[in-house]
Amino acid sequence: MTQGCAAPAQTASLPATVDLSNEAVIQGTVTREGAPVSSAYARLLDSTGEFTAEVVTGDEGVFRFFAADGDWTVRVLAAGGVSIDSTVTAKTGEVAALAVAI
Amino acid sequence: MSRSDVLVDAEWVASNLDAPALVLVEVDEDVSAYDKGHIRGAVKIDWKTELQDPVRRDFVDKTGFEELLSAKGIANDDLVILYGGNNNWFAAYAYWYFKLYGHENVKLLDGGRKKWELDSRELVTDVPSRPATGYKAKDQDLTIRSFRDEVVDSIGSKGLIDVRSPDEFSGKLLAPAHLPQEQAQRAGHVPTARSIPWSKAANDDGTFKSDDELRKIYGDAGVDLNKPIIAYCRIGERSSHTWFALRELLGLPDVKNYDGSWTEYGSLVGVPIELGDPK
Repeated sequence: MTQGCAAPAQTASLPATVDLSNEAVIQGTVTREGAPVSSAYARLLDSTGEFTAEVVTGDEGVFRFFAADGDWTVRVLAAGGVSIDSTVTAKTGEVAALAVAI
Repeated sequence: MSRSDVLVDAEWVASNLDAPALVLVEVDEDVSAYDKGHIRGAVKIDWKTELQDPVRRDFVDKTGFEELLSAKGIANDDLVILYGGNNNWFAAYAYWYFKLYGHENVKLLDGGRKKWELDSRELVTDVPSRPATGYKAKDQDLTIRSFRDEVVDSIGSKGLIDVRSPDEFSGKLLAPAHLPQEQAQRAGHVPTARSIPWSKAANDDGTFKSDDELRKIYGDAGVDLNKPIIAYCRIGERSSHTWFALRELLGLPDVKNYDGSWTEYGSLVGVPIELGDPK
């Protein structure tokens, strides 16, 4: 069966099946007044601003992308018209971490 | 065809939740989304376990589709409103599927689950029970479905649109960036395909852009809207979104979705593949 397009669960720890040495991971948390925000939308935009992927944060407020080496922007959308951009550089074998407070 | 024939907004759905002969259907790959909360009265369809053949890579057949819709309590003359996560990717895929099996009255909720959530509208966990129906499907409408041989034959003649992200098009990534990248097939794109990511057709909140904006996007990218068009992505659901924009919103007569998409094409022996950025 072809793997679908649904994101793996957005948990704080990397899924056990993922070999980090082959992946350029961008990961972060969305918080409001220090508490994790679930059901926020994190959009990954490439260096030209083009949409690349989107995930919904889980109960821990976590989002995660498997990107490629280079510069990226993560745009977080949430209820109440929230839209916050953060820039990040991804590198294979590393987890680039972001913390987004809304 | 006008936009209101195929698309409804969240306000319309909120006001028509109790309308007779209307069925809301949430289509997600992630079924836990529905279980955590859905629009009141909505039933759930799982694109993988319910719409796909469990053994072969293909759809459930006509009888399977009839059994599924009958069990969900959907009748032939019901108005079906589809919505889902992932910017309506799988809802658009299901819409294409309903059209493939000849359901007349089906529309998408513009913006899907995301717009509904960003608007802070009500979600419930109660699962409705609908009496079973005796749904009758038509034979597949193959004027909207493309297969691999037609795609290969279309290189350089029909309009091919690759709706994946630019990095998947160029061969830098094999899957959308929220997925791990290890995949069996070769990377790249079908020669002569234009790179027009599905997301160009949507606003940040998941709603579709206006007809004028859509015409400009595809026209500027060099797609001849008067020619037959085939859209593809990785597994056929993002391209359903673009198929919806071109055929249902813009009303173009000959637009097909290649549901085999890159996971099939990139695994074929001997077919031409091009690498690199859009030209």
